[in-house]
Amino acid sequence: MRAAVLLLAALLAGLVSACGLTKGGGPDMGVILAEAPAEKLSAYGLFSDIAAAAPAAGVVPYDLVNALFSDHAAKHRLVFVPGGERAVYYDNEAFAFPVGTVLVKTFAFAPDMRTPDEGAYRVETRLLIHKAAGWAAYPYVWNKDGTEAVYTPIGGKRTIETITPAGAPLTINYAVPNQNQCKMCHQAGDVISPIGPKARNLNHQGQLEDWVAKGMLDRLPSSAPAAAAVYDLSLPLEARARAWLDINCAHCHKPDGSASNSGLVLSATETDPVKTGIGKYPVAAGRGAGTLFQVIVPGAPDRSIIAYRMASTEPGVAMPELGRSVPDPEGLALVRDWIAAMEPR
Amino acid sequence: MALARVACAIPLVLVFAACTPKTTSAPASDPAAPAPLSAEGDFGATLQGALINARPGDTVIMPAGTFALADSLSLDVDGVTLRGAGQGVTVLDFAQQSGAGEGLLVTSDDVTLMDFTVRDTKGDGIKSKGADRITYKQLTVEWSGEPDETNGAYGVYPVESKDVLVENVTVRGASDAGIYVGQSSNIIVRNSVVEFNVAGIEIENSTGADVYGNIARNNTGAILVFDLPDLPVTGGNATRIYANQIFANNTRNFAPAGNIVAGVPSGTGVIIMANRNVHVFDNAFENNRSAHVLITAYSLPFTDAAYNPLPRDVVIRNNTYSGGGDDPQGILTPLAEALGGTLPPIVWDGVSTWPGATEAQTVNLTIAEAPEVGFLNFGIPSYPLDPASLAPSPDRPASSPPAEPAAIVLAHVRE
Repeated sequence: MRAAVLLLAALLAGLVSACGLTKGGGPDMGVILAEAPAEKLSAYGLFSDIAAAAPAAGVVPYDLVNALFSDHAAKHRLVFVPGGERAVYYDNEAFAFPVGTVLVKTFAFAPDMRTPDEGAYRVETRLLIHKAAGWAAYPYVWNKDGTEAVYTPIGGKRTIETITPAGAPLTINYAVPNQNQCKMCHQAGDVISPIGPKARNLNHQGQLEDWVAKGMLDRLPSSAPAAAAVYDLSLPLEARARAWLDINCAHCHKPDGSASNSGLVLSATETDPVKTGIGKYPVAAGRGAGTLFQVIVPGAPDRSIIAYRMASTEPGVAMPELGRSVPDPEGLALVRDWIAAMEPR
Repeated sequence: MALARVACAIPLVLVFAACTPKTTSAPASDPAAPAPLSAEGDFGATLQGALINARPGDTVIMPAGTFALADSLSLDVDGVTLRGAGQGVTVLDFAQQSGAGEGLLVTSDDVTLMDFTVRDTKGDGIKSKGADRITYKQLTVEWSGEPDETNGAYGVYPVESKDVLVENVTVRGASDAGIYVGQSSNIIVRNSVVEFNVAGIEIENSTGADVYGNIARNNTGAILVFDLPDLPVTGGNATRIYANQIFANNTRNFAPAGNIVAGVPSGTGVIIMANRNVHVFDNAFENNRSAHVLITAYSLPFTDAAYNPLPRDVVIRNNTYSGGGDDPQGILTPLAEALGGTLPPIVWDGVSTWPGATEAQTVNLTIAEAPEVGFLNFGIPSYPLDPASLAPSPDRPASSPPAEPAAIVLAHVRE
């Protein structure tokens, strides 16, 4: 079976190359669209120099207004949209990218995260590929030399020694997610879907104008939403806290996400106060609720389950469940400040 | 992936042959008798890899042994059977688990889990979400040691699923509910044992459940049928609880304070809260110190306009009651004190409205037991509770008994 798939992939790759769609060793549509993932990250042709992390032609670096906190990891994002095709713009949902699109996210650390480029090393790269049958998520783990990453469906652990952006020495038991865990965060109903590439997350510094100019995005309305940058103190506290919750929690805490059964919806677009946790009693939080009674008690962060779980590192209590082994101190302070500023009821 | 699996399978067959030659006599091509996974090396990685690489229709077999797992497991392939060598024989031990909320998470349809034990998970034991036509059978989920607040919440935890079978399962030590079925429909929980949990079995925000043939003992509360507000699925209804043995559910309430079940009085048998069309019959109740059957409204404030906090269309008939009611606990202690300190087998809070109710409500509670079976209506008009407002009465309310729901037929189970 596997041999047949590889043969098919090779044939497809040959065909596609012959058609001239793959130029100069760039992205290989045969590998990208093959049923099975490639064993090596280099096989996709996403990099012109993989050791130097130089993207191939047509593979575009991008970033988000706010990033999910992942144990202080630095993240480097690339997107490849097949030539001649473009993503369809939506106001609130992730853009509809064409089949063949690859989203690339590399997680890197440095000995001192105050200077994240000095001595940086890559730990893992996650691919989200829009196959003909839908999106598929594949984790790749880098070798020690940083010259290649290998498909690792069962994930793994790695001890990271670093200094945080705030200057504190930190040892992290970093977890590379397994393939099912990728899906837990990327679930939308019965399918998996990108999280980051939404208008509100991408809309800054002329990035989306550039995507339109490059022909990757079909349009950009002047009314396109933009998330509040969570650490821009000139912006309203509530907008920043809701933006933090949106990028860190709402991929599960949405009506068709992994945490749908909680009834807690942390998307920036949710307007019902109870659904966002204000005065909401937990359902199945178990000991995650600690001795507390409501998700958010206005004016009282110490009595709010959400802050308790954000501060915890204990399995079964800590939220998010996946993707962090240490708390995000700045995010926690932001959400606590927001709750403290609410009018007590 | 397939290549890797074949490569792994070869030494497995050899190991397995050495221990149990009987099974290897089956033809290697027989899909019903695949080789078990290797017990050598990192079993957690081996098992998780097998669950990721499984194809629909596959059976993943775990060998006998106790395996310490450092991470939670997950299954997202339809039609897979995960099978061990027996309850207490194949043991997945999560005492050293780091990360994630449960021992095993299933998110695919048509899955069968059988013949193994899950022990000491940090969060829930086995959860299945959006996993239709699932079967849990011959499983044990337990937390070792004395009942403890730090135990995981739910033992067996199917949620947002259609067609759920739980049978011959044992759960002990859950700090919330041993067997919890939430926001689901078409459910059977039968022939199982739940003990030393806060709630033995809980059917919550679900439609169409048969709970029968179970033994619920030494929990805080034995069998709960609840409906809660502000959830994607509300309006729980049509549950039958019958032919269960419900005795000595007198374990102290060890739920973390913030949990809904932290309010369950130690010593309760069946609790029906805010649910509709619930039938309790042919059960044997014995020595539950607070009350054998407690029927109550949801008592906390809520904003969900579609939610009805009252129990409605409840039938209690033909059960046997022995002992109990002699030492009411929790919220029932002060209420019972005013009445001499003990409670009869069947107790109703009497609540028939709530702040914000737009029209008169009918609870329609049918108590069809022998005349000597005691009943108490606390006569509470509505919540929040004002002790001065109690108007206790032993009179059974007039009612028009609702039709009993038909027996549950599961799409995936041939009886």
